[in-house]
Amino acid sequence: MLGFLSSFGKRDTFPHGIHPDENKGLTAHIPIRRLPFAPQLVLPLSQHFGAPSEPIAHPGQEVVRGEPIATAKGFMSVPLHAPATGKIKGIELMPTAKGPRTPAILLDVYPGDSQEVRYEAERDVDQMTQQEIVQAVQDTGLVGLGGAAFPTHVKLSPPKEHSVHTVLINGCECEPFLTTDHRVMLEQTEELITGTRILMKALGATKAIIATEDNKLDAVEAIQAALPQGSPIEARAVQTKYPQGAEKMLAKALLGLEIPSGGYPSSVGVGVFNAASTAELGALLPLSQGVIERVVTVTGPGIEKRGNYMVPIGTPIRFILERLGFRGDASCLIMGGPMMGNSVSSLDVPITKGCGGLLVLTESILESQLEQKVYPCISCGQCLEACPMLLNPSQLGKLANKHRYEEMQSDFHLNDCFECGCCSYVCPSGIPLVQYFRIAKSSNREKAMRERAKAS
Amino acid sequence: MSAPAQSVTLRTSPHLRSVPAVPDIMRNVVYALIPICLFSVYQFGISALALLLTCTLSCLATEHAICRLSGKGSTVNDWSVTITGLLLALTLPPGFPLWMAAVASIAGVGIGKMFFGGLGYNVMNPALIGRAFAQAAFTVPMTTWVPFMAANRFTDFIPSTLTLPFLRPAPIDGWLASANVDGFTGATPLALMKFEQVSTDPVQLLIGSTAGSSGEGSALLILLCGLYLVVRKMMDARIVVSVLTVAFLTSGIFYLMAPDKYPGPIFMLCSGGLMLGAVFMATDMVASPVTSLGIWIYGGLIGFITVIIRLFGGLNEGIMYAILLANACSPLITTVTQPRIYGAVKRKASS
Repeated sequence: MLGFLSSFGKRDTFPHGIHPDENKGLTAHIPIRRLPFAPQLVLPLSQHFGAPSEPIAHPGQEVVRGEPIATAKGFMSVPLHAPATGKIKGIELMPTAKGPRTPAILLDVYPGDSQEVRYEAERDVDQMTQQEIVQAVQDTGLVGLGGAAFPTHVKLSPPKEHSVHTVLINGCECEPFLTTDHRVMLEQTEELITGTRILMKALGATKAIIATEDNKLDAVEAIQAALPQGSPIEARAVQTKYPQGAEKMLAKALLGLEIPSGGYPSSVGVGVFNAASTAELGALLPLSQGVIERVVTVTGPGIEKRGNYMVPIGTPIRFILERLGFRGDASCLIMGGPMMGNSVSSLDVPITKGCGGLLVLTESILESQLEQKVYPCISCGQCLEACPMLLNPSQLGKLANKHRYEEMQSDFHLNDCFECGCCSYVCPSGIPLVQYFRIAKSSNREKAMRERAKAS
Repeated sequence: MSAPAQSVTLRTSPHLRSVPAVPDIMRNVVYALIPICLFSVYQFGISALALLLTCTLSCLATEHAICRLSGKGSTVNDWSVTITGLLLALTLPPGFPLWMAAVASIAGVGIGKMFFGGLGYNVMNPALIGRAFAQAAFTVPMTTWVPFMAANRFTDFIPSTLTLPFLRPAPIDGWLASANVDGFTGATPLALMKFEQVSTDPVQLLIGSTAGSSGEGSALLILLCGLYLVVRKMMDARIVVSVLTVAFLTSGIFYLMAPDKYPGPIFMLCSGGLMLGAVFMATDMVASPVTSLGIWIYGGLIGFITVIIRLFGGLNEGIMYAILLANACSPLITTVTQPRIYGAVKRKASS
């Protein structure tokens, strides 16, 4: 298989995209290490896409590491587990990475405790039905660890008319700087394969591809070495190009399939799952445990001890930064990668399930990266050559300038933009295209809501 | 070691971007034009130098003044108007009166660019608007050609260059006699071809030993300078390729039909302003379409119209009007060639 790969110069890819500096060398070689527990953990009830979890632990209650402290509120939700043994201090409004304060469980960690996970019950996945697996996945509280934080069990329940034949495990990690999935694929290869098998069984898929970019060939080799002969799972490398890790780009690169506009991957028979999530699933589900920690790449020029750290969910980033040598001139903190991550509003924001990276940039870097002056669009067309969705960002930007938001959707497919940032990245005029598109989308959403309210 | 973390800056993604910015691109286009300007000065002497300076300074002054008058900050430091000035000078005859060049510059930048809103909003290439203005207003000086490599080119101005404003240019016959040029007919290769059916050796056209506008001399040099920009990804090679390919094919067809009547395709490509226009003016980003298919259509249109005007129009050169026409079409071309998006689904019949 490797010979086949190297015999062709060009690996599979998708049209368009960009090649930002990878900067993965800063942390790619550093094995995952544990961070100690912060004195207090902050556990937002809404760490995922969907309805917030419903707290079941009450203030003053002592909880054991791994114990459920909040349950899923409906199908489009997940439970929450205590990341450490300690005492619930209360449920308060706390800042989040996205801005607004949301309710969060505060947990005071017992410093002297051994912090063992005492919640576990072994189970044989082979004996479980598809329905049971979906329920078990929901019980782990697992969401997409790649950043979207979409509940995994929901993806395992595609519409009845769709049948999924191929599971794609997404280890591309196309965002610059981040090395979380890379380390997980290397160090948790067995769990990754177990997780892949569980996903295949849950969806009834006959085939699985664990895909990564060709800057992580050591991961491909590690996975291939761990796979038995004749396995329906294969490991494959695709070209290193941003945003290869988007599920639509991955389906195009690996299978030549296009997920229809506004549709689910399952409509073309594919299920796409993040590699770190899959490894976590493989580790947790056979023991009936829940998500209590995750790997976070802490990197960037503004931090001294860069690396890949196993961080308890709910650890405030202030604790991480001060422990790892936060430098005074670091001024911009990004949760996630530099292309799609959120700039953090407060150092009290905790690490949540969807956060795979903490990038610390310095003012001097930002100034060199970001043009202060915005020039008019000179119609150079570079954004059209970059957009992986093959949209026309130039035209969209001009319309946004004139506040013609509805025309952007009706004539130029605004909602197909997933805000990967390629257009803004290449724009020589420094036009904040992605910001324009976010504003336009939210304006359209509000308008639709108002109209719906009027109609009812 | 660990400073207490206090304040943070908020930004929205993406947090990275690539260089170059607009002024970098424009500055590099200026760099690419410098060898062509130097060659022009080498060929035509101090008159060409004066023409280049006059056009560039007039263009800069016009943009600066209009920005000030409209109460905006000056935009001359984005380098785009410098390109306009240099290009305009390169499309004018070397002995063109300087006051007329200044008027053409004011018209080009004023009407062609600033009245539309400045960089990014102009519909057509401002340098060509300036040239079209000059062509209409000053027909005779626009078709008065001087010989290249005149012996006294570095010591004497061509007499017409220093014409006083609003006066008729001085005749250049006396100067021509003193320049010691053999066999100069006062016509460009294109005019010779069109009106006298005299062809010029393509090698001469390639290396630039012909009469003509000050900057259209060497097709080879222009291509090399364009290549620099293409390599630096600051120019769309598709436009150049499509213009030249379609011009080659169109003229090739006519040549095959009547070789004695029509010029050969190689001659067509290397003569006149086609190369300068294709490489530096058709590729003006602002006035060309943005879609991939649109770019090919736009380039093809320029190549086709150029050849048709040259062969059948009243003028012997057609690249200027071809580009202006294609500029005018480019918004329409962009509109009808919107790309098919990823995962496109058929629109419902109701919408």
